[in-house]
Amino acid sequence: MLEIRNLHVAIEDGTKKILNGLNLTIRDGEVAAIMGPNGSGKSTLSYVIAGKDDYEVLDGEILLDGENLLEMEPDARAAAGVFLAFQYPLEIPGVATMTFLKAALNAQRKGRGENELTTPDFMKRVKVGAEKLGIPQDMLKRGLNVGFSGGEKKRMEILQMALLEPSIGILDETDSGLDIDALKIVSEGVNALRSAKRSFLVITHYQRLLNYIVPDTVHVMSKGQIVRTGGKELAFELEANGYADYVTNAAA
Amino acid sequence: MVAVKETVEQVKQLDVDQYKYGFSTELEVEKAPKGLSEDIVRFISMKKGEPSWMLDWRLDAFRRWKTMDEPQWARVHYPKIDFNDSYYYAAPKKNAAPKTLDDVDPAILETYKKLGIPLREQELLAGVQTSKIAVDAVFDSVSVVTTFKEELKKAGVIFCSISEAIKDHPDLVKKYLGSVVPVTDNYYATLNCAVFTDGSFVYIPEGTRCPMELSTYFRINEKNTGQFERTLIIAEKGSYVSYLEGCTAPQRDENQLHAAVVELVALDDAEIKYSTVQNWYPGDADGKGGIYNFVTKRGDCRGANSKISWTQVETGSAITWKYPSCILRGDNSRGEFYSIAVSNGYQQVDSGTKMIHLGKNTSSRIISKGISAGHSQNTYRGQVSAHRKATNARNFTNCDSLLIGETCGAHTVPYLESKNASAVFEHEATTSKISEDQLFYCRQRGLSAEEATALIVNGFVKDVLQQLPMEFAVEAQKLISISLEGSVG
Ligand SMILES: Nc1ncnc2c1ncn2[C@@H]1O[C@H](COP(=O)(O)OP(=O)(O)O)[C@@H](O)[C@H]1O
Ligand SMILES: [Mg+2]
Repeated sequence: MLEIRNLHVAIEDGTKKILNGLNLTIRDGEVAAIMGPNGSGKSTLSYVIAGKDDYEVLDGEILLDGENLLEMEPDARAAAGVFLAFQYPLEIPGVATMTFLKAALNAQRKGRGENELTTPDFMKRVKVGAEKLGIPQDMLKRGLNVGFSGGEKKRMEILQMALLEPSIGILDETDSGLDIDALKIVSEGVNALRSAKRSFLVITHYQRLLNYIVPDTVHVMSKGQIVRTGGKELAFELEANGYADYVTNAAA
Repeated sequence: MVAVKETVEQVKQLDVDQYKYGFSTELEVEKAPKGLSEDIVRFISMKKGEPSWMLDWRLDAFRRWKTMDEPQWARVHYPKIDFNDSYYYAAPKKNAAPKTLDDVDPAILETYKKLGIPLREQELLAGVQTSKIAVDAVFDSVSVVTTFKEELKKAGVIFCSISEAIKDHPDLVKKYLGSVVPVTDNYYATLNCAVFTDGSFVYIPEGTRCPMELSTYFRINEKNTGQFERTLIIAEKGSYVSYLEGCTAPQRDENQLHAAVVELVALDDAEIKYSTVQNWYPGDADGKGGIYNFVTKRGDCRGANSKISWTQVETGSAITWKYPSCILRGDNSRGEFYSIAVSNGYQQVDSGTKMIHLGKNTSSRIISKGISAGHSQNTYRGQVSAHRKATNARNFTNCDSLLIGETCGAHTVPYLESKNASAVFEHEATTSKISEDQLFYCRQRGLSAEEATALIVNGFVKDVLQQLPMEFAVEAQKLISISLEGSVG
């Protein structure tokens, strides 16, 4: 279970507040969607959960299964089960995707006090995962994300999530830049990972993705706060009416 | 990849003291009196039991050196060197003339063991490694032992110390010594001619593929002692040799001078592959101590279709001044330079290469990867030139710099010169930083800051690491991450 209480965040120099007392709870097995206008702080929330340096947490707490994430290094949070599928995945030239996957997987296993995977075992997992997402084998030999299309990068994020088996998967605008076929493949990849123990935080600007990854709850974010919470039907309402209401409300 | 894992592990094990070769060995040594004079030159020659032609060559060089000035053009800064404040000869006493390993002082063998150098042939043979490496080990001023001599002899290969070669193969030495790097080539090379103490000699006969990797390990042990080694490699027509060189030194507060000369000669259809892992003591975290490394390395592709390739991994030394070069004299000859230069702390690196195209259809390739961290300055300096007669000369240069942190510098100084209109030179250069975003991305996937840095750096240097023989590639990868320890976080 992920619990975020009264979270206040500014950018590092402290001049600009981005999150203003955000509250959000995601139960085990729940798929929560966050929707909101551009600039409302959705990516910031995902970065703060994952532990990016650029932000200053002024107040509040983030607990994963009761553990205080804010006191942990980013790699420790990853080992504890936080996975962030980036809105803009980074390129690591010269590091074969396969090499990166293995390094990451074994680092996390080590972080949890587990044994490293044997190479055949690892290769098998990658092969199965890649096939499901339509990722060709030779892409795994190329430098991570180097020269990948937007859609390929997003698929690679999902492959990483599948291998790393997090307890909470955060998807930051994974649908952006995907055509409908890719959207389906990626959504199927995510749906296959849904389980009673694993929760998801699906960040999106558009309702479309939620046709494929059907959420349990939908939260509307504006000006760094959750301003409304409902079921999956809330997404349709937003799609029909836009965010205009929330932008003015929150500003008022 | 095993190597990545090892890198990561190596980084983990590190203590505050990063330079693991910093120990010194207590030995009884015989030294020349301190300082530099004709008498010292005579002393060295006498100690080596050299013939008079060699002494004359040295004395001639010494007289010329006295008229020369230290070069100033490199982007390195250091207090003026007092050449009279050094010892120019130091030899372990017991090592009068070791015939076999059993004659070598056990303390020296212990030192090489600590350095991970397999001198004992039987150990090597019994080991799991499939490849054999013949080793020549130079301790301060003398070569202590050369392994696998007998086996090499069967193939007709000569692999011995240069001191032995001067006595046993004077005709070869006379013919080739100074034929690639002339006596007056530059200040440090000329000094080396006068006072060189030992080094390796390799001769590969016509049509012979050297049956194993050859390797020399250089170790400076004595305080205040300069090391001036001299290496000469001759590959006769149609022969092939791969040669590895490794260097370490103890941790000392004062700077020590190292001025080597390496000459390579490749005749028709011959190929020489020369790899270096240079890890001289780089100085402490405040920039105190460390080796001044002023080295002249040059290969002469003297024959048609010959090939010389230099691969270097430079992680040590307080100052590096080094430009392994190729003279592409034979038609269709090829020169290659692959370099990884890592600098951290207060290290200053000014390194690169020269590709001198003289013959027709000659080609060269330069891949340079500079990594700067800490307060270091890292300069790539490269010259590519095509002579009037060098029709169809081709060069490709790729020169990438990676910066870690805000206080270091990377510089690229290419010189291109073509006197033949058909020459085609391509030059690519990039400078990048390990971005915070890249690091965060890796850490989000579970890698620690050190692991993430090691991984990104390994990716950056991959093209060059691939050029190294396997045994060295793993060692080099470890070294690079050790050198960068403490540069993140
Ligand atoms: N590192 C940063 N430095 C400065 N401003 C930032 C930084 N990160 C986010 N912001 C600002 O914070 C606000 C919220 O951004 P973001 O979290 O990316 O919103 P969203 O993902 O909802 O579009 C925007 O105004 C953005 O410009
Ligand atoms: Mg965003």
